[in-house]
Amino acid sequence: MSSENVERALQSDAPLTAAVHQRDVAKEAADTQGWNAAAVAGRSVTVNRPRAELYAFWRDFRNLAAFMENVESVTSRDEGTAHWVVRAPAGQTVEWDSVITEDVPAQVIAWESVEGADIKNSGRIEFRDAAPGRGAVVTAIIVYEPPGGDFGKLIAKLFQKEPKIQARRELRRFKQLMETGEISTSQAPDAAPRG
Amino acid sequence: MRALTWHGKHDVRMDTVPDPRLVNPRDAIIRITSTAICGSDLHLYDSYIPSMHRGDILGHEFMGEVVETGLKSTLQKGQRVVVPFVIACGKCFFCEKEQFSACDNSNPAEKADLSEVAYGYAMSGLFGYSHMTGGYAGGQAEYVRVPYSDVGPIVIPDGLEDEKVLFLSDILPTGWMAAENCEIEPGDTVAVWGCGPVGLFSIQSAFLMGAHRVIAIDHYPHRLELAKSMGAEIVNYHDVKVREALTEMTGGIGPDAVIDAVGMESHGFTIDNVLDAVTTTKLGTDRTHVLREVIMACRKGGRVSIPGVYGGMGDKIPIGALMQKGLQVRTGQTHVQRYLRPLLEMIGEGRIDTTFLISHRLPLEQAPEGYKMFKEQQNEVTKVVLKPEWQKDAA
Repeated sequence: MSSENVERALQSDAPLTAAVHQRDVAKEAADTQGWNAAAVAGRSVTVNRPRAELYAFWRDFRNLAAFMENVESVTSRDEGTAHWVVRAPAGQTVEWDSVITEDVPAQVIAWESVEGADIKNSGRIEFRDAAPGRGAVVTAIIVYEPPGGDFGKLIAKLFQKEPKIQARRELRRFKQLMETGEISTSQAPDAAPRG
Repeated sequence: MRALTWHGKHDVRMDTVPDPRLVNPRDAIIRITSTAICGSDLHLYDSYIPSMHRGDILGHEFMGEVVETGLKSTLQKGQRVVVPFVIACGKCFFCEKEQFSACDNSNPAEKADLSEVAYGYAMSGLFGYSHMTGGYAGGQAEYVRVPYSDVGPIVIPDGLEDEKVLFLSDILPTGWMAAENCEIEPGDTVAVWGCGPVGLFSIQSAFLMGAHRVIAIDHYPHRLELAKSMGAEIVNYHDVKVREALTEMTGGIGPDAVIDAVGMESHGFTIDNVLDAVTTTKLGTDRTHVLREVIMACRKGGRVSIPGVYGGMGDKIPIGALMQKGLQVRTGQTHVQRYLRPLLEMIGEGRIDTTFLISHRLPLEQAPEGYKMFKEQQNEVTKVVLKPEWQKDAA
């Protein structure tokens, strides 16, 4: 993200909102990464826990499947890398390996997919203190390359339909898990029968 | 189990559905002993609330016996509990401020989108009250799953029968908070629109908080009689013009605080209701006749308390009167958990009695008839309590 207006947006007091509303942010991201196209989702959430604790949970990528709806598993073969298996439509899965590109304890974690990913992507999570006594603000920015072809269209349905909605749901679940120890659900087996 | 389910406008049925099970560690399962039909259930019955699905189990006023507990529930099997209609996690910023109905976590992530779009930020989960508030199965059933059971339910001591405490689940704390929102000072006159359960309990609460006078407004003679028996002066809006009557009764000053205990389905064939009918798109514009009237009637610098339920947009709100008179508005879904303990104490001491409200008791199996009665005979039917245990006799 290098152009002047994107830079200005990122320097503003609401960088995430400014950035995701910049039309060329996605294009900038694609150019920077050398991708055909890019989709960007950003969202921040306040979690009533210390940021060091939130960072520590997120830093162990194996935990991510606990609150990310479509993530089947994230495993870690060695320090700094992770292998992602993500559910796709029609019973299929997509996979990629990621490597950590930035890691400042209790402040920031960033990663990107490595060569051979089914979907090229990168992510950046920032942790900062909220007002005293009010926990921490977690900001997530996810950038990925929408895949092409028929399979890509299926994937797009899953990931691209509303990346912002997806991001906010994942962060809500993260907040629920961190604050309450569980993820709120009204789903079966208790939900009313539909018909 | 048997449960009352929603199938569409004026179509609720008793269905056999799967029993609820524990899902999360803080859950408990309650066997319902008493459950009531709430005035706000009529908004669902009348299809005023969006995001209802066929088969949804209704009911958010209920109590019963704990039959199963999750690993992190603090309840014990066999305890009798009343369950708040508001589901609250107890851990988020809002719960720590005791703004339980603003809980940030109890509405499941995929359900919370709706209210974020509709209201700007996601609402808390509620029992049996549409998917916008979580899609949780309600308590007009034999059993219910209670999430965050270590935060909401209050244990009832032996010797206090169901009917004395059932209304802790919603309408008693709702009436109490409505009065609290009036910030009553000695000498105050409080005017209450709507003598349904919440209105009547807010009258009772206002007196307990030291109101000098309470004026109750409705058109159902029986409900006005109940208000009168509690010490309120009454205004039947079929007989007199409400604002002129209030001005007369308050010596030209107006009530110090006003309570809209009616909400979005206000009655009456007044010009503004006609206006709403013209501009209403389905689920869009709420009927705000009472809200307009309370704002107009309130004295300068007075307080406006709105426990009545609204869900959508309001048309032609007298914002000029609100601003020029310097009114304070306080409203919201009730922070039930905040009031349970003090209200239970007052019930135990005999300072609050809520049993006068119950006009009808039915087996759960007859819940659909209960809805119909409550809807169509509002003069006589002030509160319907349903008893699942009576089911075998009814079947």
